[in-house]
Amino acid sequence: MVEPPQGFGGDGFFTMKLSEAVGLARSNSLWPLPFATSCCGIEFMATMAAHYDLARFGAERLSFSPRQCDLIMVMGTIAKKMAPILKQVYLQMAEPRWVMAVGACACSGGIFDSYSVLQGIDQVIPVDVYVPGCPPRPEGIIDGFMRIQDLVKAESIRRRESDEYKALLNSYGIQ
Amino acid sequence: MSQKQNIQLPEGSLGKQTTTLNLGPTHPATHGVFQNILEMDGERIIDAVPTVGFIHRAFEKLAEHKPYYQITPLTDRLNYCSSPINNMGWHMTVEKLIHAELPKRVEYLRVIIMELARIADHLVCNSVIGVDTGAFTGFIYVFEFREKIYEVFEEVCGSRLTTNIGRIGGFERNFSDLAFQKLQHFMDTFPKAMREFETLFNRNRIFMERTMGVGGIAAERALNYGFTGPNLRATGIDYDIRTAHPYSGYQDFDFAVPVGTTGDVYDRYLVRNAEIWESMSIIKQALEKIKDLDPTVFHADLPNFYLPDKADVYTKMEALIYHFKIVMGETEIPAGELYHAVEGGNGELGFYLISDGGRTPYRLHFRRPCFIYYQAYPEIIRGSMLSDAVVTMSSLNLIAGEIDG
Amino acid sequence: MLTNEIIKQRLTDKFGEQVRHFEEPYGMLTFETDRDNNLKVMTFLKEDEELGFTYLNDLTAVHYPDNTGQELAVVYMLQNIRTSTRVRLKVFTDITQPDVFTASGLFATSNWLEREAYDFYGVNFVGHPNLIRIMNVDEMDYFPQRKEYPVEEQTRIDKDDAMFGR
Repeated sequence: MVEPPQGFGGDGFFTMKLSEAVGLARSNSLWPLPFATSCCGIEFMATMAAHYDLARFGAERLSFSPRQCDLIMVMGTIAKKMAPILKQVYLQMAEPRWVMAVGACACSGGIFDSYSVLQGIDQVIPVDVYVPGCPPRPEGIIDGFMRIQDLVKAESIRRRESDEYKALLNSYGIQ
Repeated sequence: MSQKQNIQLPEGSLGKQTTTLNLGPTHPATHGVFQNILEMDGERIIDAVPTVGFIHRAFEKLAEHKPYYQITPLTDRLNYCSSPINNMGWHMTVEKLIHAELPKRVEYLRVIIMELARIADHLVCNSVIGVDTGAFTGFIYVFEFREKIYEVFEEVCGSRLTTNIGRIGGFERNFSDLAFQKLQHFMDTFPKAMREFETLFNRNRIFMERTMGVGGIAAERALNYGFTGPNLRATGIDYDIRTAHPYSGYQDFDFAVPVGTTGDVYDRYLVRNAEIWESMSIIKQALEKIKDLDPTVFHADLPNFYLPDKADVYTKMEALIYHFKIVMGETEIPAGELYHAVEGGNGELGFYLISDGGRTPYRLHFRRPCFIYYQAYPEIIRGSMLSDAVVTMSSLNLIAGEIDG
Repeated sequence: MLTNEIIKQRLTDKFGEQVRHFEEPYGMLTFETDRDNNLKVMTFLKEDEELGFTYLNDLTAVHYPDNTGQELAVVYMLQNIRTSTRVRLKVFTDITQPDVFTASGLFATSNWLEREAYDFYGVNFVGHPNLIRIMNVDEMDYFPQRKEYPVEEQTRIDKDDAMFGR
């Protein structure tokens, strides 16, 4: 059984912090956008399939439109030709948005230390969780997803207007 | 009107009868990153301009800086749905370069692994054709059996998807009993599931109407475009590298090469299904043949290329010296140029290797089947509807890693 | 039976001195011709009844920086589907003016393969319908797979070359 969240309740009412309630609701109903480019995408397909089932964690509805998603999971190598497209997709996402870099290529360029591969997507967009592996096991992808859930649960509802966050986005050239 | 709205329309586009649609690089997950700019008249496609290179990882340049045993992980990432086939193809290329002879048991074990990978690749392709026509069930059902195949790979080499399986000269370790048990479990449970999958799609009215007569190509055009693999066999030409230029003991096996007639999506689907059944039969034959061979043999005797046992490296001087020489690249590698091809999941996967006797290849070129037949895509979809174009794309089994490489 | 001897004999009968350097590395007949003759030789191989090399298997380029005057080689691999015979044709060209006639009129396969050879090595295929870069970004101004360029990206700051053994 799951513990009820911290709060004060009585007959017909329950009070808790707003940010916790919002965080709880958000983290258990994240809509991911699978930005699958290469091999990690096939491991993602295995994660969505019946054996490892990401849908248990609330990610039942995969959104392929960035306007409707919460979490962009970048899976696979991002080449320099693809980087502007990744940035465009990220810009189309509405706040609050989270980014998960799945696989060694998305984290740091992976085994491809070449002129055409972007050495890590954190050169173009801010990343919340990095999942290493080449490709990471589905358990690893699920673990990364659970870390995102922890981040979402604990996030303050004022974070997206804070100066720190704005400075982070500015450092990427995103207004 | 367009001056008031803040939209950048191309010159003269308001007067045109056709619209431009960007079937952009970010597809719904399954297909990979390639872009098609379609010019459409309503729902019909007039023209298509494909753009590739969104996942160009410079394999050929990277290969010029890596010794031969380090290129295997690069070949993994070509057609990543069936990476053992790529690995084996590369090992066979190097073995051809050094004129190595392999024991029969190694060849038959390689055949088993390659056929399992072929089954895995065709399962992805066929279930994704189903997903694109709206039938998600087949996909979920069939992936359970891909997990069983992954378990066999994991038992042999430790990894599920990008396997880096085998070494130049054989395998890194002998197949354990557990590996054979898992393989047998897969062989026992899969036929029933495959029959259920076929019942779901083969005579399904909706599936047939979505796929018959869609995305067809004539045999001569297919040959002119350099098609190979199931896409070519669906047009009626029975060209299969396993029978035309046999390798790794395939000449000892008895299997049929299924062909289609019209080359449309339905034929490609049926050809892949038939190939899955043929692969099962080949694996059964290989398991029978292995029974009579010495079960301790899992690699050839290639002291210049196959790393010695770790226990020997720590205790014997010769093994230590060989280990050092192989890793530092001081063994003799013959110079020469050769081409070796294997039948991958998509057709003829070729390796054109030019060696100058050095530690790394001088030039390595991959003949990637997906890249070559993707050129035909605009010709195939011209005049069809958008939904047909999507189904055609998934039936061609386009893997982005193999297109760009 | 189409053997390498028959192919060699027919080629020397038809072209004489223009096809040369016949070799058979690992069993595949390899020969060379001038860069202006590539289409003539390939048309002959394709349309001849007995030879019937109607399938272009592969097309690629190789850079030999030490062969001055003949630095870039374009390698064609042709195949006879019926007899499963393969041959390799090489054409050498100068790096300062790497013009080679395009084979896209003969084989539709060569369209993108030539674009790839152009993108990586800078071979200019004369008469190609659409010779633009295919794999790399359009703004790239050099031909990356030539031997003088390194494989690593030069602007990266997070990987220390000393630690990576370079």
